[in-house]
Amino acid sequence: MTATTAGAFHDDAGRAAALGDLPRLLPPVQEGKRPQNLAAHLARHGNLPYRDRTGSPGTPGSLLKEVAEAGLTGRGGAAFPVHRKLAAVLEAADKRSRTPSVIANGAESEPASDKDATLLWLAPHLVLDGLQLAAEAVGADTAILVTHADREHDVAGRLRQALQERQAARLDRVPVQLAAAPARFLSGQETALVNQLGGGPAIPTFMPPRITERGLNANPTLVQNVETLAHLALIARRGPRWFREVGTAREPGSMLATIRRADGRTLITEVPLGLPLRDLLGGGPTGPESAVLLGGYHGMWLPAAQAAALSLDNESLESAGARVGAGIVISLPPDRCGLIETARAVRYLAFESAGQCGPCLNGLPRIAAALADLASGRSRPGTREDLERWSGLVTGRGACHHPDGTARFVRSALRTFAHEADRHERGRCSATNTAPFLPVPAAAARSEDDWM
Amino acid sequence: MAEQLLVNPIDCEGHGACAELLPEMITIDEWGYPIIDPRPLPPGLERHARKAVNACPTLALRLLRTPDR
Repeated sequence: MTATTAGAFHDDAGRAAALGDLPRLLPPVQEGKRPQNLAAHLARHGNLPYRDRTGSPGTPGSLLKEVAEAGLTGRGGAAFPVHRKLAAVLEAADKRSRTPSVIANGAESEPASDKDATLLWLAPHLVLDGLQLAAEAVGADTAILVTHADREHDVAGRLRQALQERQAARLDRVPVQLAAAPARFLSGQETALVNQLGGGPAIPTFMPPRITERGLNANPTLVQNVETLAHLALIARRGPRWFREVGTAREPGSMLATIRRADGRTLITEVPLGLPLRDLLGGGPTGPESAVLLGGYHGMWLPAAQAAALSLDNESLESAGARVGAGIVISLPPDRCGLIETARAVRYLAFESAGQCGPCLNGLPRIAAALADLASGRSRPGTREDLERWSGLVTGRGACHHPDGTARFVRSALRTFAHEADRHERGRCSATNTAPFLPVPAAAARSEDDWM
Repeated sequence: MAEQLLVNPIDCEGHGACAELLPEMITIDEWGYPIIDPRPLPPGLERHARKAVNACPTLALRLLRTPDR
């Protein structure tokens, strides 16, 4: 079981004030890891504040306006402004006289992340509130919550229980269907979700048109990450000014993060945007070649010293070419080799290509093989040049961002572990421990059924 | 109104007809798949571009109108 803490710094009284009222989404620290039932949820957060599409009497402005003022962005990784997606779905629905659908994305197919499963497990009602409010905001008649098919906790069972509680309380106006995305890396991608829910395989499709215009059953479709919906449910209750009490002016609010420390501990924590990364990385041994992986397997390795000077917001991270993504921060233990770890993860990513686009189908296996050669000391002169060239060649040429993200990850490893690569080319490796550290699922898709 | 080439990478099977007809805008990578110049189509190439689009056996290549900036 993954260690979970609702507030990373509850052991640090001095910093408590800067964190405002965190945790907002997860249950208070003193309540521990117990899932919140409906009674506990309503006692903590108050009733579900439905609005009309145009704003209920006595409530100035619609939810759309409040979300815009709050500056909420998608917490699934892309950080796209939520109000713009809501507005796009509303506009498409009006223009095409279609009733939209809303999909809550809890597929969390990134193996290094566990924040969505943790949120759904501990605070399912906050997500379900957000789903109802989002459905109301765009006038949707269909609401679907998608979870990952293969998680340690029985998240789907927890959600069924929560939906029964809500049915007994007559809380939900739009009935919620549950669905499970297959345990594949790309199955949580927006177009893959829509493809799967429409009866196809859970693999990405080619845009345009955007799914906000033409998504599930050709209806305008809003896909939001489950954490985003939980924030939305709190903004609807407490308003945009409250939301902005933590975070930075440009990137307000809090976010869930998955922190994997070098000592092997994993914590799911809720932090304000803009938190210095050194506060997340914790102490522990750091050497001159210590490294941190930001954003998971489509993210970037950075030298630990460089990462420690940055903060958890895109404004800061973009100076290093990195992004907040879904809030994954991993410290590489000093006894491991970054090239070996990256090669294992990239082999997995290559297997997880849906195999639909030529550059990804051809490029990723070559990249994975060359990286495995480099990691195992079997590289030849030119292997690193090949890796750079292929990484450039696959970027921007897929229907989805799988080749781009994989190439970014590989290039960052070649940069961050350049000294280690020199050593490998001389037949040496600095690792004293070759036990796998980065979580990489063993199974790979073998047949088309694996995508269903 | 400018025009821009767009390939659907899922439909594309790397037949390569497009690059033969429009080498000014399309080259072939080491696996046989087209690399499309993302810039607007320069004047004078419209006819060749349309030929390339029509020659694609999987209908993967399209000409999109892009609003003038």
